[in-house]
Amino acid sequence: MYDIKALYEAKSVKDAVRLLVEHPEALVIAGGSDVLIKIREGKLAGRELVSIYGIDEMRGVSYEADGSIRIGSLTSFSHITNDPIIQKHIRVLGEAVDMVGGPQIRNIGTIGGNTCNGVTSADSASTLHAWDAVVEITGPEGVRQIPIEKFYIRAGVVDLHQGEVQTAIIIPKPAYEGYFGHYIKYAMRNAMDIATLGCSVNVKLSEDKTVIQDVRIAYGVAGPVPLRAVSAEKEAKGKPVCEKTVKDFAQAILEDIRPRDSWRASKAFRQHIAVVLAERALRESIRLAGGECDEQTV
Amino acid sequence: MYAGKNVTRVDAYDKVLGRTKYTDDLCDKGAYVVRILHSSIAHGKVVSIDTSRAEKIPGVVRIFTCFDVKEKHYFPTAGHPWSTDAAHQDVADRLVLTEDVRFYGDDIGAVVAEDEVAASQAIEAIRVEYEEYPFVLDVQEAMKDGAPQIHKNYPNNILKHTSIRQGNYEEAVKEPGLIKVEGWYETPVVQHCHLENFICYAQMEGDRINIVSSTQIPHIVRRVVGQALGISWGKIRVVKPYIGGGFGNKQDVLYEPLCAWLCMQLGGHLVKIDIPREDTFVSNRVRHSIRSHIISWVRPDGTYAARKLEAFSDQGAYASHGHSIAAKGAGAFPQLYPCENVEVDAYTVFTNKSVAGAMRGYGIPQTMWAVEGHTEEVAARLGMDPVEFRRRNLMPVGYVDHFSKNELYDDSFNQCLDKAMAAMDYKRKYREYQNQTGDIRRGIGVSVFWYNTAVWPISLETSSCRMVLNPDGSLQVQLGETEIGQGADTAFAQMTADVLGVPLESVHVISCQDTDVTPFGTGAYASRQTYTAGFSIRQTGLLLKERILEYAHGLTRMPSYNLDIVDGNIVRTTDGRILMTLGELAAEALYSLNNSQHLTAESTAQIKSNAYSFGCTIAEVEVDIPMCKVKLLDLVNVHDAGNLINPALAAAQVHGGMSMGIGFGLSEQLMFDEKTGRALNNNLLDYKLSTCMDHPRLNALFVENPEPTSSFGTKGLGEPPACSVAPAIRNAVYQATGVFVNKAPVNPHNLFARFKEEGLL
Amino acid sequence: MSRQYKLVSCTINGKKVEKMVDVRASLTDMLRDDYRLTSVKKGCEVGECGACNVIINGECFNSCIYLAVWAEGKEILTLEGLAGPNGELSDIQQAFLDEAAVQCGFCTPGFIMSAVELLEAGREFSDEEIRKKLSGHLCRCTGYENIFKAVKKTMLRRLGKEEKAELV
Repeated sequence: MYDIKALYEAKSVKDAVRLLVEHPEALVIAGGSDVLIKIREGKLAGRELVSIYGIDEMRGVSYEADGSIRIGSLTSFSHITNDPIIQKHIRVLGEAVDMVGGPQIRNIGTIGGNTCNGVTSADSASTLHAWDAVVEITGPEGVRQIPIEKFYIRAGVVDLHQGEVQTAIIIPKPAYEGYFGHYIKYAMRNAMDIATLGCSVNVKLSEDKTVIQDVRIAYGVAGPVPLRAVSAEKEAKGKPVCEKTVKDFAQAILEDIRPRDSWRASKAFRQHIAVVLAERALRESIRLAGGECDEQTV
Repeated sequence: MYAGKNVTRVDAYDKVLGRTKYTDDLCDKGAYVVRILHSSIAHGKVVSIDTSRAEKIPGVVRIFTCFDVKEKHYFPTAGHPWSTDAAHQDVADRLVLTEDVRFYGDDIGAVVAEDEVAASQAIEAIRVEYEEYPFVLDVQEAMKDGAPQIHKNYPNNILKHTSIRQGNYEEAVKEPGLIKVEGWYETPVVQHCHLENFICYAQMEGDRINIVSSTQIPHIVRRVVGQALGISWGKIRVVKPYIGGGFGNKQDVLYEPLCAWLCMQLGGHLVKIDIPREDTFVSNRVRHSIRSHIISWVRPDGTYAARKLEAFSDQGAYASHGHSIAAKGAGAFPQLYPCENVEVDAYTVFTNKSVAGAMRGYGIPQTMWAVEGHTEEVAARLGMDPVEFRRRNLMPVGYVDHFSKNELYDDSFNQCLDKAMAAMDYKRKYREYQNQTGDIRRGIGVSVFWYNTAVWPISLETSSCRMVLNPDGSLQVQLGETEIGQGADTAFAQMTADVLGVPLESVHVISCQDTDVTPFGTGAYASRQTYTAGFSIRQTGLLLKERILEYAHGLTRMPSYNLDIVDGNIVRTTDGRILMTLGELAAEALYSLNNSQHLTAESTAQIKSNAYSFGCTIAEVEVDIPMCKVKLLDLVNVHDAGNLINPALAAAQVHGGMSMGIGFGLSEQLMFDEKTGRALNNNLLDYKLSTCMDHPRLNALFVENPEPTSSFGTKGLGEPPACSVAPAIRNAVYQATGVFVNKAPVNPHNLFARFKEEGLL
Repeated sequence: MSRQYKLVSCTINGKKVEKMVDVRASLTDMLRDDYRLTSVKKGCEVGECGACNVIINGECFNSCIYLAVWAEGKEILTLEGLAGPNGELSDIQQAFLDEAAVQCGFCTPGFIMSAVELLEAGREFSDEEIRKKLSGHLCRCTGYENIFKAVKKTMLRRLGKEEKAELV
């Protein structure tokens, strides 16, 4: 039994917005795998909830008219992983969310919930950052879209105003077309864990697969919110596909990341692992993109 | 014969149907629920507790604080047999609720409510004022002069110190040419993590109190509740249904006294204490963290001249099982690798941390971590093969421990090592993995372990059994030894069927212990179930058989010495003729107009023997050095547990112990905040219990040397599987990387630090 | 304030049912307390141990972190719903029995329900995939070894690969 003051169940997005306006103190509950635990811990005990879990129009993956990929915010992790559109264009996102918790968590957890709770360790968040995702928000004033990096304000706080609901996450076509990516979750066990560090990389190679045309890298748990390592991206962009590029790229991330000491891991440990992950994730992304960078090319 | 056969567990059918009832499933929904108010400081005194706001919350029945405990009956909690000799009694240092706070999470109050939401709201609304004292979390810091004193009468917080002296260590180390190997080893605080949290409920019936509890030790719970409440033991009835694991945590009296006390304060109303997982980690029991310091003086030929162990066992805030754990480990040290000159000093020391009690292995996993890690270092220093070095020094066949009278009758260690090495292709891999370079390397490591079954002669060993014949020739068996998931009931049924000569289906072991009706027995611990219960089962079975055959003599006029029970029939042994079925005899006996008898038997076996139970582990790992990660590739345990009553269940039990050893070796660790003493990771997300994705295939093998002292040739197997896994993994990591990790677990944090120190990163 | 209740209609183990449910209740609470389906176990109540796992519309969920009101209109399967009308065990239950995959039994119901979802997929999974599909459950007794074997054998048998199953 949860300490819930009142529960309002929204039937549609419109309904959800109305309920949130009517009950300004209420919290949104999607799959609940985060909110219910915080209620149990006491952090969110005794609050009013607006449940959006029943809004089926917020589920599923589809193409927008311009070819962008739209992921309804209530789409569960397992449905994202199994979705053919995801598998075709941004397989890495499906792989990343397939590392969240365990199978049952992946059936209840939603990509909207994973981003709206604003935590840095979310397995979807670093990949969404690395793919320049756009967040769609619906509120009393209508629909607005913002880049995911702007959506995260600080640890646990995202850019949702009174009465607003995150309704979709969009991966613009230019952001995914021609890109190949790899996500590494660094955790203390192989399932049922949160990331000590998460690293998502994707690359676009030149036609002949010898030059890195574009590379994007994002981390979870390398700072209070998920972040892009822009210096490293700049470092590798336009460079030849080779081991030296990979190593320089990986070292450069140290300029961008801001991990901290906590009982979960030391700053020094996270910095060390962040470099290793950058190397390995870039190497694998290059391989997926059809490139080769064996030791001999150094 | 059923002993030695893989019969299906007697309780498995109900368990796969989901209809097995555990404590919470049995509790009436009208029960009041309880949330315990835990201290939010590590050391101090409760000055006042303001419950005024909390009392107004709808659904709150009553709030009790430490100040409501007027009669202070201090009680011990360890699930040890009671000693009528005051000098051997466990330390009585607990109260149902305490004003004196000794760890972050101590029990200072309790909210009784109609539902858990009201109870939780009330806990949040209570305000506590403390007088805070300095606290100490480190075991050796706690021993220093001037350290915060946690209990009166224990200077330097030392609960107990024991010494073993053999030969003359000081003289022996002067021998020329000796090589000195010295190391410090440490194991973390870990928790049992049985899937069912501790739960109990209590209700009064007349002037007696009935308690249903998820415990391993119902008869001990009865005694301790009596002591804690200052009431006569016969006024208390404790019922133990099926339980969702225990592993030693439930070999402690946890919250039954508080539950009974609350029930009595509330006019006998049904009260349930269902401990949340988060509290299970902090306010139940944990495994003692032990820091060990070992010095060995070895000759170049690989023999020991002198050895020394100092062990510092972190007791946490209350005595619980206390020094017994460190003492068991200390006792293993001179025996596993006998040496003429040995010094052992073991200290059990209070700190302001969660209370340490019994946990699978009882001091041996910690001691083996130190000893088998150290042994690897000695072999490495001598340039000797680690297995050959062990073989040269291990306890030899014929070794007798003069205190316990335990004897090593068979060449168990070598047989187990041989079998494990063959299963793992050890020699080839050991050679192959020498001198690797590169980021990813493999290694293979070995560890043996020492264990002894049951608690004699440290403590009482007794088992009582009752057998009751039904009119159809089937029978009920009752024992104080408990089914806690390990399969004891199935083994008991197999043993009973063999002793009486009846089909297994005719034997119904009553799983539930009820102290009102179950014969006295102290419960499940010390890997003692088949060993100790075996004596009372055989003795009682023979007694019942004698009575049955005596009755058969009356019916058949055949002398009872020419009669036997075979496959549920009364058989004339001279020609093998079946004279009647046992069912016919039983029905006649019960309903006879001439000689009506309910054929039953009951007896107590006091056991004054004990048995070694030895074995080993070999682990193969792959270490990713830049990632600071160990992947376990393969793992084998080999045990000599004597005769196996049910080999399939024995293997299953070994798998579980291996799994616990994997967690102990690689990932598990309960952490405490240095600034406050608060547990940091007391939940199943942050406490890294291994999942099935962290396990390789687990291989459990046996050598079966029948134990001569045992009534069925068996000896302990419950705890041994958890004893040697972690050091084997550690030794495999050493072979792969050349780096010794002396602080468990071998997790990425500790590897990162060690790899940095050794220049691998 | 007064408590809030909602009528929840759903299908549980093939039977249409409805009850007034406290909106604060988890699905675990509803199944255990209102329907007495006590195979649904409470081990952590935060979705970490898997003991409360049930199947909702074909997918596994930890019922402890699933609001009871969300069960409206859903089809729910618990372990109690697996056996036949005369107590005949399903193949996976029998395999748990045969492989000694049951010890204390507390994690068993949740594991079996995850196994059911896996088996319903009707295809052969690799060892690694099986482990991943079972990874949402903690067990302290079995080391997962015999549970893994029971699931793998049943999967192979359902696919008609009896010989391969024998080798597991």
